[in-house]
Amino acid sequence: MRDFCELYWRLDSTTKTTEKVLALEAYFHQAAPKDSIWAVYFLTGSRIKRLVKTGLLRQWATEEAGLSQWLFEECYDRVGDLAETISLVLPPKQSSLAEGEPSLQSLIENQLMPLREMEEEGLRQSVVKLWQQFDQRERFVLGKLMMGGFRVGVSKRLVIRALAKHTGIDAATITHRLMGHWEPTAEFYEELVDPDENETAISKPYPFFLANPLKDEPASLGEVSDWVAEWKWDGIRAQVIRREGQTFIWSRGEDLVTDQFPEVESAASELPDGTVLDGEILGWDETEGRPLAFNQLQRRLGRKKLGKKLLTEVPVVLLAFDLIEHAGEDIRELPLADRQTRLHEVLEGLPSAAIQEPPKVLTESNRDWNSLATVRESSKAMRAEGLMLKRADSKYQVGRPVGDWWKWKVDPYTIDAVLIYAQRGHGRRANLYSDYTFAVWKEEGLVPFAKAYSGLTDAEMRKVDKFVRKNTNEKFGPVRSVTPELVFELAFENIQRSTRHKSGVAVRFPRISRWRHDKKPADADRLETIVAMLEED
Amino acid sequence: MAPSNDLLTMTPKGLFCEQGNFYVDPWRAVDHAVITHAHADHARWGSKKYLAADTSAEVLRIRMGEKADLRFQPLGQSQTINGVRVTFYPAGHILGSAQVKIEKAGYSIVVSGDYKRNSDPTCQPFEPVRCNTFITESTFGLPIYRWPDPQTVFDGINQWWKSNQGSGKTSILLAYSLGKAQRLLSGIDASIGPIYTHGAVEKLNAGYREAGVALPETTFVGEVDPKEIDWSQSLVVAPPSAVGGPWAKKFGKLSVAMASGWMQIRGTRRRRSMDAGFILSDHVDWADLMQTIHETEAENIWVTHGYSDVVVRYLREQGFNAKVVETEFTGEQLEGDTEPAS
Ligand SMILES: [Zn+2]
Ligand SMILES: [Zn+2]
Repeated sequence: MRDFCELYWRLDSTTKTTEKVLALEAYFHQAAPKDSIWAVYFLTGSRIKRLVKTGLLRQWATEEAGLSQWLFEECYDRVGDLAETISLVLPPKQSSLAEGEPSLQSLIENQLMPLREMEEEGLRQSVVKLWQQFDQRERFVLGKLMMGGFRVGVSKRLVIRALAKHTGIDAATITHRLMGHWEPTAEFYEELVDPDENETAISKPYPFFLANPLKDEPASLGEVSDWVAEWKWDGIRAQVIRREGQTFIWSRGEDLVTDQFPEVESAASELPDGTVLDGEILGWDETEGRPLAFNQLQRRLGRKKLGKKLLTEVPVVLLAFDLIEHAGEDIRELPLADRQTRLHEVLEGLPSAAIQEPPKVLTESNRDWNSLATVRESSKAMRAEGLMLKRADSKYQVGRPVGDWWKWKVDPYTIDAVLIYAQRGHGRRANLYSDYTFAVWKEEGLVPFAKAYSGLTDAEMRKVDKFVRKNTNEKFGPVRSVTPELVFELAFENIQRSTRHKSGVAVRFPRISRWRHDKKPADADRLETIVAMLEED
Repeated sequence: MAPSNDLLTMTPKGLFCEQGNFYVDPWRAVDHAVITHAHADHARWGSKKYLAADTSAEVLRIRMGEKADLRFQPLGQSQTINGVRVTFYPAGHILGSAQVKIEKAGYSIVVSGDYKRNSDPTCQPFEPVRCNTFITESTFGLPIYRWPDPQTVFDGINQWWKSNQGSGKTSILLAYSLGKAQRLLSGIDASIGPIYTHGAVEKLNAGYREAGVALPETTFVGEVDPKEIDWSQSLVVAPPSAVGGPWAKKFGKLSVAMASGWMQIRGTRRRRSMDAGFILSDHVDWADLMQTIHETEAENIWVTHGYSDVVVRYLREQGFNAKVVETEFTGEQLEGDTEPAS
């Protein structure tokens, strides 16, 4: 625990990426695998859910410190961070109570996890005992372990970079091994850093290959015949895995969403073992041969139970546009054209239409860029956002490398951003947190990028309000900073450079076009993407 | 208890003793000013005559200039001014800082000025003084402020300096030029490397040395050719306003740290984008503030600059007769010498 605290404060004291990577490397170098894996777990954004209610921690700390409620509130107002406030007001560490120095793993597994099973009285005693064992800075980190929200300027990418440097294994492999669900055990860590490890857990997806927005004229891409044009769908990017008689559906946010799409799951049961498809899940209008509006699909997301009515009204399909594992073999190194030929063979014999190849962009229009531009104009009628341009010989790569896959959207001014601050509204919305500030990624951190007040329904606004109240990290006067968790798509009219904004850009008339329940903060756009839009003008 | 109401009153110019015809730490020019200590928010220019504790003579002279009419009185000795007894007691804040006790007809008021209870070899330690009314500062008057043992803080500073030497970075330590800078110099391990100072610090070092306070050898940065120095081995002590400007350019790769009570809060450290923050304050923390109030046995507590509202509310809950007294003192500032604490 002491080493992990030290790592935390080292990461916290610098904004330089290289120093953060060095600190992480040094930690992985000296820490035991059983501790390293928990560090990876927390620093890549996972948290232990439902440990102890925040309200209880707050109440107990106030009482242990001998403070009145109002005085605790004054302290919280000044500090702005709950875990930190608690760590500061509590009486000093009682060294006599410290039972040696627990490792990170032992602290989590032997002292924190059991809290979930405790009744309130025993729970309080255990929590107080924990507090007494640690000094202020350790308590702060302990508080973050318990409440989440590390926010120490470390992204998953950075952790992967440090692991790659530490082990000499390439970052793509580490990324792949960290995909999907895994348990933070020493065994898993050993597999993660094993230079020879080849076994794939049967549920494990591949890292997604993502496209960049096209900022230049398409003609700059060269010969049109070198490119494959596809519709850019407005649904949920997903990988469907069929291995050893089991099906797994992963969203881009690395959520296992198999249960949410029973149609696709049952269609996938007809796939041969050792198949991984990449595609887009969409609500589907069979008669029109095109997707339903996105808000229809949204009705199906995040539900515990799917009623018959909903399943009939909003049937979904997977439009599979890529094949990345075939006959148990990783075929990401094959050219796209070859992968799509095999994809066609795999899907041809499939009895269910819930997994199908996407409607084609007309082949004759592929002869020159101008006719392709005309086709792109008809995207709205296809309920698509524009076109995807993929190099026919492109490998299936990791992340968002520039050059081979482009999105050529009709309305380029939309981006996905993370809610980071909320403020109460005015008039009718005075009691709701309805004024939001959104951020996008810059290096390893989120930078505020736009404010938006409108675009959500009242029901959605109430949901966000509830989220804000439950997930406040800091208060600055009327503004609350919240755990960066919710992702929204913002649309705006125009974009300009600005020296007054931290992000360096200012957007005109930003509004929320929709709540992306299907995305995680890590999926939000990067500032570079927005700057690229700027250069387009 | 009639005298309590008029022995000391708050006026637009500051705390005024009408019967003695003098002000304590006035913020406008007056005829007679009694001064608790040489910090700019307590010792202001322009008054005709000043009276202060004799331990502050050297630094007060540097701060107020040759022309100011300064008179000094030994600690613990009293003089009667227009029938009002005035005595100075050490406040432990910086060299020469004193509490002012004002007495008449068996009623006494103590103005604390700024004070601390932690050890500090550069000044006389605080003495609690019994009185009827105690006027206290409250710069760090919240339970979140709890100062670590100064020695552990100095150990941390020494370690930071050494590790910067190892990675080829110049150690820049930011601290107020009067008081904090000298306390740091006297506490760090000077055998680690050469120590350089900003002009504002060096000027006051001279006053401290003149007053007999032992400080390690320091060199004024302006006295050397910057190109001839291996800055990466040195420690540079400077006021907070010095970094960010061209002054710091000559030192090459830097690690910047600040020593202040405000460094207790992570958000403050991050907003100031320090490489390190050391918690070292010349004011009382919450526990020492409360202990001091008890030790004065005062029945009235007046609370000035800092978290006065919070402290007053808390004291009232504890049964004290407490009130807020609005002053223009600013306490330990975060931004430098002129901007108020925030
Ligand atoms: Zn002062
Ligand atoms: Zn002051």
